[in-house]
Amino acid sequence: MANTMYHRCSLLALLCVDSAIAAEMPLNMTRGVTEISQKVYDLHMTIFYICCAIGLVVFGAMFWSILHHRKAKGVQPAQFHESTKVELLWTAIPVVILVLMAIPATRTLIAMEDTSKSEVTVLVTGSQWKWHYKYLEYPVEYYSLLATPAKQIQNKLRKNENYLLEVDRPLVIPTGKKVRFLMTSDDVIHSWWVPAFAVKKDANPGFINEAWTQVDQPGTYRGQCAELCGKDHGFMPIVVVAKTPEDFDSWIRAEGERLAKLKAAEQELLSMQMSMTDAMAMGEKVYQGYCAACHQPTGTGLPGVFPALKGSKMATETGRKSEHIQIVLNGKAGTAMQAFGKQLSLQEIAAVITYERNAWDNNTGDLVQAADIQAAKNGQKE
Amino acid sequence: MQAPDHLPLLRKLLIITVLMFGFGFALVPLYDVFCDLTGLNGKTSTMAATADRAIKDQQRTITIEFLAKPDPKMPWRFEPEIRQIQVHPGEIKVVHYAAENPTSALMVAQAVPSVSPGQAALYFNKMECFCFQRQTLKAGEKLMMPLQFYVDPALPEQFSTITLSYTMYDVTQHSPAATGAAVYQTGK
Amino acid sequence: MSTISTDTHQHAGPHDADHGHHHPPAGFKRWFYTTNHKDIGTLYLLFALTMFFIGGLMAMVIRAELFQPGLQLVQPDFFNQMTTVHGLIMVFGAVMPAFTGLANWLIPMMIGAPDMALPRMNNWSFWILPFAFAILLMSLFMEGGGPGFGWTFYAPLSTKYSGDSTALFVFSVHIMGISSIMGAINVIVTIFNLRAPGMTWMKMPLFVWTWLITAFLLIAVMPVLAGTVTMVLTDKYFGTSFFDAAGGGDPVLFQHIFWFFGHPEVYIMILPAFGIVSSIVPTFSRKPLFGYASMVYATSSIALLSFLVWAHHMFTTGMPVFAELFFMYCTMLIAVPTGVKVFNWVATMWRGALTFEVPMMFAIAFIVLFTIGGFSGLMLAITPADFQYHDTYFVVAHFHYVLVTGAIFSIIAAAYYWLPKWTGHMYDETLGQWHFWCSLISVNLLFFPMHFVGLAGMPRRIPDYALQFADFNALISIGGFAFGLSQLLFLWVIVKCINGGKPATNQVWEGAEGLEWQLTSPPPYHSFTTPPDVK
Repeated sequence: MANTMYHRCSLLALLCVDSAIAAEMPLNMTRGVTEISQKVYDLHMTIFYICCAIGLVVFGAMFWSILHHRKAKGVQPAQFHESTKVELLWTAIPVVILVLMAIPATRTLIAMEDTSKSEVTVLVTGSQWKWHYKYLEYPVEYYSLLATPAKQIQNKLRKNENYLLEVDRPLVIPTGKKVRFLMTSDDVIHSWWVPAFAVKKDANPGFINEAWTQVDQPGTYRGQCAELCGKDHGFMPIVVVAKTPEDFDSWIRAEGERLAKLKAAEQELLSMQMSMTDAMAMGEKVYQGYCAACHQPTGTGLPGVFPALKGSKMATETGRKSEHIQIVLNGKAGTAMQAFGKQLSLQEIAAVITYERNAWDNNTGDLVQAADIQAAKNGQKE
Repeated sequence: MQAPDHLPLLRKLLIITVLMFGFGFALVPLYDVFCDLTGLNGKTSTMAATADRAIKDQQRTITIEFLAKPDPKMPWRFEPEIRQIQVHPGEIKVVHYAAENPTSALMVAQAVPSVSPGQAALYFNKMECFCFQRQTLKAGEKLMMPLQFYVDPALPEQFSTITLSYTMYDVTQHSPAATGAAVYQTGK
Repeated sequence: MSTISTDTHQHAGPHDADHGHHHPPAGFKRWFYTTNHKDIGTLYLLFALTMFFIGGLMAMVIRAELFQPGLQLVQPDFFNQMTTVHGLIMVFGAVMPAFTGLANWLIPMMIGAPDMALPRMNNWSFWILPFAFAILLMSLFMEGGGPGFGWTFYAPLSTKYSGDSTALFVFSVHIMGISSIMGAINVIVTIFNLRAPGMTWMKMPLFVWTWLITAFLLIAVMPVLAGTVTMVLTDKYFGTSFFDAAGGGDPVLFQHIFWFFGHPEVYIMILPAFGIVSSIVPTFSRKPLFGYASMVYATSSIALLSFLVWAHHMFTTGMPVFAELFFMYCTMLIAVPTGVKVFNWVATMWRGALTFEVPMMFAIAFIVLFTIGGFSGLMLAITPADFQYHDTYFVVAHFHYVLVTGAIFSIIAAAYYWLPKWTGHMYDETLGQWHFWCSLISVNLLFFPMHFVGLAGMPRRIPDYALQFADFNALISIGGFAFGLSQLLFLWVIVKCINGGKPATNQVWEGAEGLEWQLTSPPPYHSFTTPPDVK
């Protein structure tokens, strides 16, 4: 009895709240910032209202029955138990309602799946546990990783406003233009989702999927991976910054230059040697940012799940230095160990391996240089 | 009253069970057939197409985009010669993908194509493709790999851009060609 | 413990010639070797109850971690194992065995049969289950941890990116599947061949009908699940590439094959519930079930349609529009026969003479709350909207409404309804009402806010979340703990009832109809050894 009352009250409450306000409270789907997201929101609310109406009628009838058709009131039970007419009626009416729902749904779906005539295309690649963005029309590509500090996740620091929804390098797109996304994955199935665009598409390894959006207002829009992809599925968010076409053009030009400079610098660095002090300093920074989450800041790992680096044979025996380099570069198939070869620069990889081989009493004295990493990438044995 | 004989019904039900187990496996080739017929998952045929339906349609222009993704555990350099091309349906074109094995060992790779939008895959006919067979590259070897194709003029109206993406996988350990030669270990 | 009276001297029915000199062995031997449908029913039910608490414990771990943002109690890896094994246990260890237990206890009595058709296979069907779950639970203690890829074990996460616990998982699922298939075969043969003369198809209680249809669904799709897990095993260990693009396979193929099993599976988990509610509501309305024939047809159409909708779990995988539309339309269509059933239950109550004992309370709660789950299901069916709901807590809310306030509530209702028959004692009505109200309030506190956080953008299967979801998650966790604690009341009711209580009459409930109510409470160890007369 009380459950129907409760149900009706909450439904009424929701109905009374003006749609615009309802969209702002964290109770409802977002209207989003695109024409499609608005259509999706409208569809969602329409179906919801229809369900509420049906619920009110059906539960209303039941509630009435509970109040008035009780034995305690001394009523005699009727004995009717079938009526073909009524059955047909309450079969036909739902069918009609469903058809009415299906029409706008079909229209919206067809609009959503039409990726033609786009102006910017971005290849979105998911991997454990980050996104990679590559602009097909511009020489810009980069990884996008969770930027929330581990200390906040471990409850050692206060969580900031965009906790778990912030990245180091967001995707940048122009407003007012149709942007096409090509999704794929480097390992398991991920899913790229930005609620404000109503875009969600699985990233399947070895295949590409398409989606599109056209954002009208500049702004920052946040989403998350929407397909269980392993340990850090909840820690690979998506941030998209929509800029006016002018701002986008200057950004992409600057980005292209920055990446070109980095590439040139890396080739220069190959001939340079890093000192042990510098390598340890850089290595510790990289370790804390990329490795400590699993292998722990103390290098002790998690027994049975993430191997310890402190005292591990691989990190202490000189003969296994190339194996150590290989694992960091290429990951280990079938485990949570990712391939960092494309994420980190040669220098960073050299530094972090140096750190791992000397910190926590490992003390091998090994100093790995960027050139060694380059050589390992090329399969040359030293 | 005599107890009824359960054996006939039991036999039928066991047969249904076994058939459904087989059906589960049959779904694998069925899926491939269905995808071939409808282009459902963007897979293209693994067999060379003939030029039967290559009737040029000058009125229409289709943009073909080319993407290349070496698998991250794969050290090869792999990229398309050109990023995109305009073709008329029915027009036979040849493009190339460049591949380089920068390691010091022989390696064998398999390119796996994916076409988007999925339904357009049906109409993308490859007459010659480096994805039809495994590619072997010696240490340091470079290769320009050809792709000869045409778009079937029956391609439905709504498609004006087709994206073709290849992922290159290292299959050295599964290749007879590599036995005996120094094999690159990808850390697996 | 003896839940069955072996007193063969009180029977209201026709004199049974041969059950005077048969007493079952006692203790371990009795339970391990039993081929008696009542004993096996009891075993299934107690096993399901135990698994319900174990799976519930895992849910408590999940909700404890999700009580606040940040990682407090468990690491993400272990969290994924908890969600995975929670799902597997609840689906295969609690709901399905509970329904099978009810089938075993009730079907022979309802159709006037002395036992199930294949009693020795029946014993096997049960006893391999604890074995299967021991394997699954032990895998949690392996180095590398237990399965952490969700109960849906998508490839390639489950094939190339998982540990060796996958092998135990596969083995365990195979055994569970065999158990279900054997059980289903037994049910079909029993219903086909052992109905008392006069018990025509359209005279069978709806519980028997829904289980018959469920059994056909089981033998159709459990073998497909067996095929799926086998393919996962071979992809992982034997070099096949069913789901691996590098070898010419397709990860999306996994999802097609899995959901071809998966969708009928969820109907397997609800059809018997429909049968239970269709037994309880007429009794406490003192009125016949409205529209018996259309209930049978509706159930059959739901079963048939369930084979045509699997890809509604896959709208975001990149299907072409025509496929998305096909699956959207078929899924929406299932709402029609389901709605018919709900209307029929309400029509049964309409102008009845209602009383509100605990079974009826749970049945009414089922009708309302399952329907809410149905509404969110209808919303999910709308493909463009589904792009915003898929893999969020909106889906978690939906399936927990249909499975917890749906299937589980129906099982609880069935327990209250038939416990007096099984044990010969009335359960404690006050305690039962407490159990009901505590469960009702806490279950809604637990699952209703999940709709909101899902709509607000919280994905599934994450151990930590952004700050805007924090308040609702705290509420949800409190609801979860309260719901878990409330089930201890249920345990108390059951234990108390088994051990004593007001003696139950044969009829037990004033409005109850059906052959089982002609037997004594408790019924003889072997009942209907001579078939009854069916009017």
